Amino acid sequence: MPHNVIFSINGPVVTVKDTKDFFMQEMVYVGNDRLVGEVIEINEDRTIIQVYEITTGLKPGEPVEPTGAPLTIALGPGLIGNIFDGIARPLKTIQQQTGAFISRGSSLSSLDTERLWDVVMLVTEGNSVHPGQIIAQCPESESITHKILVPPDISGRVVFVAKNGQYRINDTICEIETESGQRVPLSLCQNWPIRKPRPYKEHLPNTIPLITGQRVIDTLFPIAKGGTAAIPGGFGTGKTMTQHQLAKWCDADIIVYVGCGERGNEMTQVLEEFGELIDPRSGRKLTDRTILIANTSNMPVAAREASIYTGITIAEYYRDMGYNVAMMADSTSRWAEALREISGRLEEMPAEEGFPAYLPSRLAEFYERAGRVNTLSGSNGSVTIIGAVSPQGSDFSEPVTQNTKRFTRVFWALDKSLAYARHYPAINWMTSYSEYDNELASYFEQEVDPEFMKCRARIISILHEESSLMEIVKLIGADVLPDDQKLIIDIARVIRIGFLQQNAYHAEDTYVPLKKQFLMMKVILHLFDRAKALIESNIPISRLAESGIYEKIIKIKYDVPNSRTDMLEEYFKYINNVVDEILGKS
Amino acid sequence: MIIEHVGLKEITGPLVILDGVTGASFEEIVELRLTNGQIRTGRIVQIDGDRVVIQVFEGTPGLSLENTRTVLTGRPMGLPLSEEILGRVFDGVGRPIDGLGDIFAECSRDINGSPINPVARIYPRNYISTGISSIDALITLIRGQKLPIFSGYGMKHNELAVQIVKQAQISEESDERFAVVFAAMGVKKDVAEYFRRSFESSGVLSRVVMFLNLSNDPIIERIITPRCALTAAEYLAFDKGMHILVVMTDMTSYAEALREFSSSKGEIPGRKGYPGYLYSDLASIYERAGMIKGCSGSVTQIPILTMPNDDITHPVPDLTGYITEGQIVLDRTLDGLGIYPPVSILPSLSRLMKDGIGEGYTRADHAQLSNQLFASYAKVQEVRALATVIGEDELSAIDKKYLEFGRLFENRFISQGFNENRTIEQTLNLGWEILSVLPREELDRVDDALLDKYYKV
Repeated sequence: MPHNVIFSINGPVVTVKDTKDFFMQEMVYVGNDRLVGEVIEINEDRTIIQVYEITTGLKPGEPVEPTGAPLTIALGPGLIGNIFDGIARPLKTIQQQTGAFISRGSSLSSLDTERLWDVVMLVTEGNSVHPGQIIAQCPESESITHKILVPPDISGRVVFVAKNGQYRINDTICEIETESGQRVPLSLCQNWPIRKPRPYKEHLPNTIPLITGQRVIDTLFPIAKGGTAAIPGGFGTGKTMTQHQLAKWCDADIIVYVGCGERGNEMTQVLEEFGELIDPRSGRKLTDRTILIANTSNMPVAAREASIYTGITIAEYYRDMGYNVAMMADSTSRWAEALREISGRLEEMPAEEGFPAYLPSRLAEFYERAGRVNTLSGSNGSVTIIGAVSPQGSDFSEPVTQNTKRFTRVFWALDKSLAYARHYPAINWMTSYSEYDNELASYFEQEVDPEFMKCRARIISILHEESSLMEIVKLIGADVLPDDQKLIIDIARVIRIGFLQQNAYHAEDTYVPLKKQFLMMKVILHLFDRAKALIESNIPISRLAESGIYEKIIKIKYDVPNSRTDMLEEYFKYINNVVDEILGKS
Repeated sequence: MIIEHVGLKEITGPLVILDGVTGASFEEIVELRLTNGQIRTGRIVQIDGDRVVIQVFEGTPGLSLENTRTVLTGRPMGLPLSEEILGRVFDGVGRPIDGLGDIFAECSRDINGSPINPVARIYPRNYISTGISSIDALITLIRGQKLPIFSGYGMKHNELAVQIVKQAQISEESDERFAVVFAAMGVKKDVAEYFRRSFESSGVLSRVVMFLNLSNDPIIERIITPRCALTAAEYLAFDKGMHILVVMTDMTSYAEALREFSSSKGEIPGRKGYPGYLYSDLASIYERAGMIKGCSGSVTQIPILTMPNDDITHPVPDLTGYITEGQIVLDRTLDGLGIYPPVSILPSLSRLMKDGIGEGYTRADHAQLSNQLFASYAKVQEVRALATVIGEDELSAIDKKYLEFGRLFENRFISQGFNENRTIEQTLNLGWEILSVLPREELDRVDDALLDKYYKV
C-alpha cells in the first residue's frame, strides 16, 4: 500500500491527507494512469494538487507520487516548428500514439530524443566557462541556429569536449569540472522550471521598435522589442486576427504563439497557414521560426494555467541565445479564468468578480518576464509579450483588463463599432496608447525620416479634431460646418480608410514597410496643406471631393507596391495639379 | 459481487451525499434503487475520502434517507451507439422514448468525449449553401463550423434553424451522407414538436436523431443532453463518415441548469451567479465540432440561445461568442418590422468564411462585396441616427441615398420567404443591384475591376 494516496477529488483538484512528503509547486504523478499534477497548497492536514489532465475515473486510494522537482520542461533543439500542449508535450507525437482525440496519461518529453543534430562545438578542453555561455551550436531550422548554453547554475573548466558531429539531445557533448571538483556532463538540452524566470545580466532600455508592418501599430502605437502590449476586445473584434498578423509579419527572430483556452480550429489554421507562408526577411517558411503552444478551450483547465508559463520559459530560453523573441498569448483572460476556476475549487475567498485576490500579482509576474536584456552569454536578446484580453461583456472595466493595463505599456483597444463597420484592424485610435513613443522617437527619426514623429503627431491631432467635430456632426449634420472643419473631416476620413484600415488579405497591404508608411502619411498631409489654399481662396471644399482625389489617395495602399515607394513622388505632383486646376478655374 | 449502499446521508436539491463508500471513481455512474422498485441514475461529482456527492439525473423527489440502495456501476456515463439511432427519439440522457425499444448497440462511448488534438484537425473550408441571402453572403456557414444563433424570446430562431436544415445543400451531394442531430434542452413541448414536424415534412426525419429534454424534465438531465447529442454526432461523423448538422436549443436553459446544479453544490458563483467554470464547460460542448484528418465526416453545430432581455453582454451569449466561430444575431426591431429572417447584420459574423468563399468556392467578388455591404450598412446606421435628430429632410443628398440603400437592403436582401431558397449567384447579384443605389465613389471597399463588372448605372 503506497503511503501517499488520493483522498478527495473535485474536478481538476485532488487532495492527499496527512503527508509531509511534498513541497510547493512540486510536480507529481497522480493515480494509476500517472496523470501530471502540481502541488498548489499544503497545510497540516492536506496537500492540494491541481491535475493537468481530465480526472474522470480517478479513485480515492490511488497513489500520488512525488518527483522531487518543480514542474519543468526540457529545452533544446527541436522546439521550433513544433506544437505542444500546455505542459509542453508534443501534440504531433500524441497524435501518433493515441489518434485524433487526446487521451490521458501520456508522459512524453517535449523533444524528440532520437533525432540527430549536426553539432559544432565552440569550446575546447581547458576553457573556463561561465553560466549561460554558448558552448556549441546546431542548425535547428532553415532560419534558426540553436545555441547550446551552459545552464545558468553551472560554471567551471571544460574537461571533455566531444567531436563535431551528429548527436541526440541527451548525448553528452561536454563535461565541466566545477570549482568544487564535481564533473557535470552537458547535453544538448537542459531542464528549467516553468515558473522561475531565467536569469540575465542586465536590463536594456527599450529603444528599438518591433516592426510589425501594421500601420496603425507601427506609426501610431508602436511597441518596443522587449516591450509589453495588451490587445483587449470583445468577441468578433479581431484579437486573434491581430495576433496572427503580428505573428506573421513582425520582425522578431522567433515567435512563441500560445493559444490559451481558445478555439481548436484557430490553432489548426495557424499550423496550416504558417506552413505555407514565407517570412519576407529570411525567405523561409514561417514555421521555421515559430513555436506553438495549444491548449484549446476544452483541454484540461489546469494545463491552461501552465501554458502561459511554458510559453514564456521557451521564449526566455531563445532570448538567452541572443534572439529577439515575440510571444503572443491568446488569450490571457482564459488564463485568468483558469486561475479563478482552480481558486473556486479551493474555496478561496474571491476578490473582484470571483477572481482570486492574487490575480494582479500573477499578471505582474508574467509581464515582468518581458524585456530587452544583455544575456549571460553577453549578447543582446529580447522577449516581447503581446497578450490578448477577452473582457467579459466587452467591458474594459473588468478586473483582467484593468490589471493588465497596469502592467503593460501598450494598449491596443479593439472597438466593437469599428469591427461592425469592418474597419480592420479595429484598433480604436482614441482609446489606445503606447508609452514607448518617446523612447522610440530617435529610432524612427534616424532610421526612417527626421520628420517621422512630426508627421505622426499631425496625423494624431487631425484624428482627435475629427473626433470632437463628429460630436457636432452627430447632432446637426456635416453640411452646416464651415469649410475648414469640413476639410478636417474629409482628411480624417482619408486617414481612417486609406491609412489606418489595412487589408490582411491583400498581398501588398498585409505588410507595409516603415518607409511606405511614412510616405503615405506625408502624401496625406501634403493634400491637407494644399487644400487649405482652397479655403483661403473661398472655394468650396466639396470641389476637392468631386475631383475624386480622396479616393485616389485612399487607394495608394493597393495601387503602390511596397517595392515601388518611388511611385509616391507622383502623388505629390498629382495633388498639386488637382489643387492648381481647381484654383485656376475659379 | 455488487455492493449496495443502504440509505443516504444527506439530500440537497438534485444532489445526494453518501458516506462510507469505497472504490468510487470520479464521474462514475451510479444507480439508486428505491424501495418502490423505481431506479434512478446519478453521477459522482465529488469525492472526499469515503464520502461521495452524487447528482441524480431524475431529481430527488421521493427520496428519503432510508428508502434507497445505491449501486456503483464502475464506469463513466456512456451512450450506446449504432447506426440504428438515426430516426430515433431519446430523452435527455439517451434513453429511447419513442416506444421502439432499446438500441442494438455496436459500441458505447463516454459522453464527455475527449478533446480533438489540434494537429489532427482539418481547417474547415467547404461552404454550406443555406439559400438564405443574409447568411450565405455575409455570415457564410462552413462545414465543420460552430455558428450559434443569438436570439430572444419570441423571435423566429426556430424557423430560421429549420430553414437552414431544410435548405442546407450539404444534403444534396449524392455520394456523401448527411444527418441531423437535434438536442432540445428545456424547450417547450410544442417547440420540440414543431422541429419534429418540420423535419418530417422536409423528408429528413429518417436521418434525424433527437434528444429531448423538455422544460418540465429534470434539470440535471439537461446538463447531459448536449453531451449525448454530440457523442452521437461524433460517432456518426467520425466512425460512419457522415456529415452531421447538430442543432442545439436552448443553450441558455442549459447554462441555467448548470447554475442551479452549481449552487446546490455550494460552489462560489462567478458572474450573475453562473459558476466560474462556465466558459470551460461551454467550450467542452462547442469545441466538439470540426473535421479530423483521415475521416470523411464532419460535425457542424448550430446552437441556438436566447439572450435574456436581449442583452448580448449576458454571460451566456458573451462566453458563447468567445468560443464559437462567429454568431448570427437576430434583432427585435427588424422582427417587429416583419422582416424575416430578422438577422442583425452588423454584430453577426462568421469567422471561417474568409477561407471558404471567393474563387473556387462561391464567386471571386464575394469577399469584397460582403465587406462593402457591411461597411455601407454601418454607414446607414449613422445616417439614421442623424436623421432622428435633424429629420430626414435636412439630410444631404448622399445621406438620403444611404437611407434608400438601407431600406432596400433590409426589405429585399435580408428579408426573404420561409420557403425561398436563393442560389449564391442570385444572392450576390442582388447584393450588387442594391449597392448600385449608392454613388460609385462611395464604394471604397471594392476595387475598380469589380465595379466595372458589377456596378449598375
